[in-house]
Amino acid sequence: MKSLETHLRALRSTGRKALVPYFVAGLTPDWIQHVEAAVHAGADAVEIGIPFSDPMMDGVVIQGAALRALEAGTTLDSLCAQLLTLSTSVPLIAMTYYNIFHHYGLERSTGKLQSSGVSGAIVPDLPPEEASDWMKASASRDIANIFMVAPSTPPERLGRLARLSEGFCYASARMAVTGKSSESGQGRRVVESIRAVSDIPTYIGIGISTPNQAREACEVSDGVIVGSALVQVILNGGGADDVENFVTSFRRSID
Amino acid sequence: MLFRSERNEVSDSHTFMSAPDERGHFGDFGGRFVPEALMPACLELETAFIDAWRDPSFTTEYRQVLREFAGRPTPVTPLDRLSEQLGIRIFAKREDLAHTGSHKINNVVGQTLLTKRMGKHRVIAETGAGQHGVATATASARLGLECTVYMGEIDTERQALNVFRMELLGATVVPVTSGSRTLKDAVNEAMREWVTCVDDTHYCLGSVMGPHPFPWMVREMQSIIGIEAAQQLKDLGVENLDMVVACVGGGSNAAGVFAGFANAPTRLVGIEAAGGSAVGKGSPGVLHGMKSLLMQDEFGQIEEAYSISAGLDYPGIGPEHAYLARSGRAEYFAIGDSDVIHALQVLSLSEGIIPALETAHAVAWLLQEAGKEIPLGSTVLLNLSGRGDKDVAQVREILRGQR
Ligand SMILES: Cc1ncc(COP(=O)(O)O)c(C=O)c1O
Repeated sequence: MKSLETHLRALRSTGRKALVPYFVAGLTPDWIQHVEAAVHAGADAVEIGIPFSDPMMDGVVIQGAALRALEAGTTLDSLCAQLLTLSTSVPLIAMTYYNIFHHYGLERSTGKLQSSGVSGAIVPDLPPEEASDWMKASASRDIANIFMVAPSTPPERLGRLARLSEGFCYASARMAVTGKSSESGQGRRVVESIRAVSDIPTYIGIGISTPNQAREACEVSDGVIVGSALVQVILNGGGADDVENFVTSFRRSID
Repeated sequence: MLFRSERNEVSDSHTFMSAPDERGHFGDFGGRFVPEALMPACLELETAFIDAWRDPSFTTEYRQVLREFAGRPTPVTPLDRLSEQLGIRIFAKREDLAHTGSHKINNVVGQTLLTKRMGKHRVIAETGAGQHGVATATASARLGLECTVYMGEIDTERQALNVFRMELLGATVVPVTSGSRTLKDAVNEAMREWVTCVDDTHYCLGSVMGPHPFPWMVREMQSIIGIEAAQQLKDLGVENLDMVVACVGGGSNAAGVFAGFANAPTRLVGIEAAGGSAVGKGSPGVLHGMKSLLMQDEFGQIEEAYSISAGLDYPGIGPEHAYLARSGRAEYFAIGDSDVIHALQVLSLSEGIIPALETAHAVAWLLQEAGKEIPLGSTVLLNLSGRGDKDVAQVREILRGQR
């Protein structure tokens, strides 16, 4: 078992719900301090979004943030170097589109991620059918591959995705790209169908933007992923204090 | 659907432009790189397409609509004056005479019929020049389907008349303001939108790109161009065609015409815009659901394409073209903006045909290469993918500026 999964299973056995905030790497010069503030406020793992020019799965907030990070010169090398300066230690999960790794080289990418302290990866445009090279490259580097399950995923695919997922299984609550939403979505149903075939930790993401939504999600799931709502705080000019307050409000709500 | 008889003429036993493997690969390219939410829709579409394409009642209706509504078969025209001028024998396959003014109608007639067959009542589409958007709006109106078209904001300005055309046809046009605000971003936005409405909506992709089965399906629906042309050339007494030339954005008109000659001893030549040259300047990568050749920087960020013609303003190319290029079966060259207007004028003056700016790239290459890449005396088929009506306002501006 990959060490990310060992860690997240142990977390679950303590009864604590996992809170996983998402950051766009390089969005501001002090983004590393934002990550540290989130950990300080009780984040259990952090998703590190590696900016890509054409984020097909992202709504306007993360699109805009990715563009800003790219304009600031963010690259895989630069953000990995910055990750090494993190003063806190929680699991780091890279999230990006396949072209970034494909272009950098698969072996080289997983080596780079591992040496920067990253232990998991979410690549939303890489379905299992195309993932064998990537899975081979990540196996030797102890990088857990996290697959997403969508409300539209039919049962036979769902079983396969849940079995292939390492670390945790990502239950997407809505048929939508990332972004804020007021609906509660279909997360509950998705989690229940994953549970029926696997005991892997299962977190809900996509459209979780308020502490209340997070609490509701955690009634069925083992944790939540919070992306656009947090990125919006930073786009609005929020600093480390604002990040800490934001994450604290989610922590309180799900504990 | 290809001409099986022609296979005998090639010594190489390999068959080009047959079906991809079961996961949609053409050699190292193609495949299906989409978010999980879209995966079921792609699988459903693949099954529906295979089923329909084998069903004579579907293909009969498709061909009937192409005949009675879209104006097929389009003629093959000998370009006598230009031929004499250049010292090569040029025939043009007249997709400009198809309904809505380009080859795009062939694909949308097929995809909208398939939409109905899948029980969906709405289509979305991306468009660059607006030709695919107009064609989709047209075919949707004919079948009473709801239609929304995503178009880069820059293109809505360059092609304002096409926006109005789509609206007259009942479609909603959504200007896309993200990224480079051209075709690439229109595709991103259409994909994002598709995630939210896959149950009742079909994404009518306009070229031989995107995730499997689109590159294959769109090529099959465009292969009517090459199938007709091969027969028409025979009827005209042309026994040996030396070369087929077509412009390439995503590559659908080129794929369609190539399909008629892929296993004949005919050179296949695709002409990209210099500012959107995925074969010339690109490297393997993954974008818009496919692995193909893409223009990208050293970090794998996709580069923005720049072209005078909105329809070629795309940093990628369909995966089957990437395969044809790498295998050497087809060749790709690029033409810069500055040669395009001149080519449009030459064809207008010498043959009485105003081509689309996209098509004018292929014309420009003929003008440039006759007697060089194209040996004097060669017989060449030019795929005249579209007419220039949509571009005349832009061309007028450019010519005024030159004076
Ligand atoms: C007339 C014409 N030709 C060519 C193209 C390029 O598309 P493709 O390469 O798919 O044929 C377009 C696209 O808008 C077009 O309008």
